Amino acid sequence: MALKAFEGIYAGHSISGPPSTGDYLWDRGFRFVAWAGAWIILALVAYILWKIGGQALPAITKYGLSFVTSSTWDVNKEQFGVLPEIWGTLYSSILSLIIGGFFGVTIAIFLTQDFLAPRLAAIFRTIVDLLAAIPSVVYGLWGIYVVIPTLRPLANWLNSELGWIPFFGTSLCGPGMLPAAIVLAIMILPTIAAVSQDALRRVPYKVKEAAYGMGATRCEAIFRVMLPSASSGIFGAMVLGFGRALGETMALAMLIGNANQISLSLFSPANTLASLLASNFPEAGQIEIEALMYAAMALLAITMIVNTIGLYIMNLSARRFEGKK
Amino acid sequence: MSDQTLFANDSGAVELPRLKRSFLEPRALRNTLLTLGTWVAAIIASIPLFSVLYMLIVRGGSRLKLEVLTEFPPAGFELGGGFGNAIVGTLVMVAIAALISIPIGILAAVYLAEIDPKSRLANAARFLAKTLTGMPSILTGVFAYATVVLLTGNYSAYAGGIALAVLILPTVVLTAEEAIKMVPQIMKDAAYGMGCTRTQVIWKVVLPTGLPGILTGVMLAVARATGESAPLLFTALFSNYYLSGLNEPTASLSILIYNFSSMPFENQIELAWAASLVLVMIVLVFNIISRLFGQPRA
Repeated sequence: MALKAFEGIYAGHSISGPPSTGDYLWDRGFRFVAWAGAWIILALVAYILWKIGGQALPAITKYGLSFVTSSTWDVNKEQFGVLPEIWGTLYSSILSLIIGGFFGVTIAIFLTQDFLAPRLAAIFRTIVDLLAAIPSVVYGLWGIYVVIPTLRPLANWLNSELGWIPFFGTSLCGPGMLPAAIVLAIMILPTIAAVSQDALRRVPYKVKEAAYGMGATRCEAIFRVMLPSASSGIFGAMVLGFGRALGETMALAMLIGNANQISLSLFSPANTLASLLASNFPEAGQIEIEALMYAAMALLAITMIVNTIGLYIMNLSARRFEGKK
Repeated sequence: MSDQTLFANDSGAVELPRLKRSFLEPRALRNTLLTLGTWVAAIIASIPLFSVLYMLIVRGGSRLKLEVLTEFPPAGFELGGGFGNAIVGTLVMVAIAALISIPIGILAAVYLAEIDPKSRLANAARFLAKTLTGMPSILTGVFAYATVVLLTGNYSAYAGGIALAVLILPTVVLTAEEAIKMVPQIMKDAAYGMGCTRTQVIWKVVLPTGLPGILTGVMLAVARATGESAPLLFTALFSNYYLSGLNEPTASLSILIYNFSSMPFENQIELAWAASLVLVMIVLVFNIISRLFGQPRA
């Protein structure tokens, strides 16, 4: 049967031949379209910067640097400052990074260092992935009706007993920094856990074997060998998680209370750049929109810088073990 | 030291090293504590998921009936109602986003992975796509507002769809690139050896072989877009009616949850939970589909 295809050859006509003009044009055309597709990404980023920047330009020239150092947001007086929002963004992200980073790295260790049978570990990994699949608003809703009521007695007890510590300086009456940070921590945990798992898995198996072969306990192998070897990857995971926390919007807009104030207290309401945009944008007039666009530029700049640093560190850590194979 | 030596002592008896470990020895104790601590942390970390699922099933499930899936959102003190228009709106906007970002994303991925992976353009596009994945979702909304809403003068499903498209484009590009890179070089070489042009290799070998991986990435991106709300906040806004055209404010499940969550009416809050349950189920279906694609074919 197969030989039938070759009969033509014996008969003197070849079944092979150079590409026809149609093939040639199609080839050129498609490669051009794909090339254009890659350019679209570049153009899109430039267009985003140009559009948001262009809208923000009047506010940038008008308020300049005082925008990031003053703390009033008053539409009627046309005074705009985002210092409390920058503070709230950084404070909530750092708090969530402490909580989410601890649990994220612990879970990465739990899933890669033979604590569970492989099949169980796969199930647990799916559970952690599911955390990432739950939409931000659903976390916000859950935070309002579960986290805040659960935290309130504890927070108010801490405030009445240890109120002299600045972190517990106010009572929790509804939305506030701590519930927002906890929900944020849950949202960045899957990112940190996934990237840290990759980093831990990238450590050559021989290194782990050598540690156990020398009689190290699991604790020693993890703390003295695995974590130091994977440290740059884990650090990159933290930075990426931090970047995600900086830009998270809906859950924070629902939980942080949107109060324009700077406070160290974990229980007082605050605001972030992203939730400022979410809550003020829909009803804003032209002048406020310009100021909000400026805030958007500030948020864009902060997250881009943090993410670029995170990607750079991850690239370094990915290369770390490649040269030695 | 004497009990550690393997060599025979004066009496000629061989003493073996003491291999048994006491659990009270500091090293062993620390190890046990770490194991325990890790287990406890892992269990604590999974509490939120189970709590969320429990609340969704108990509070959302109690309200989930057929009429909830078809009726309009209630106003103020009204009882009953549903969010049929929000389900339709969400699906329509996700479809718009998918129609825009999937073709562009896969084309760009083909260029990045197959046509010219090491060129300057590819490196720059790859880097920018990675930074775009970290861009806060609300900024895609700001962008779509500045481009579409200001241009057309009203909130629309288009604007919402475009905001979502910008959001998922980098995910589609990066996952499709990974999937295309996984296609074995031998298969491509075989096709080239038969005289295929590069485009023929891409269409007849690379894309069909990489398709499961590409679809996995696409479905994950679609799942992400379904759950997003920040980009829709001031692009699609919200509407209390079924959409009759794409150029008008459009309801979506996530915005409905956001609006209803802060209302003082029990009915609206119940609906917010029911809508959350529906939204999570849609997102999970997309996630499961993506996992099915990702599985190696038997």
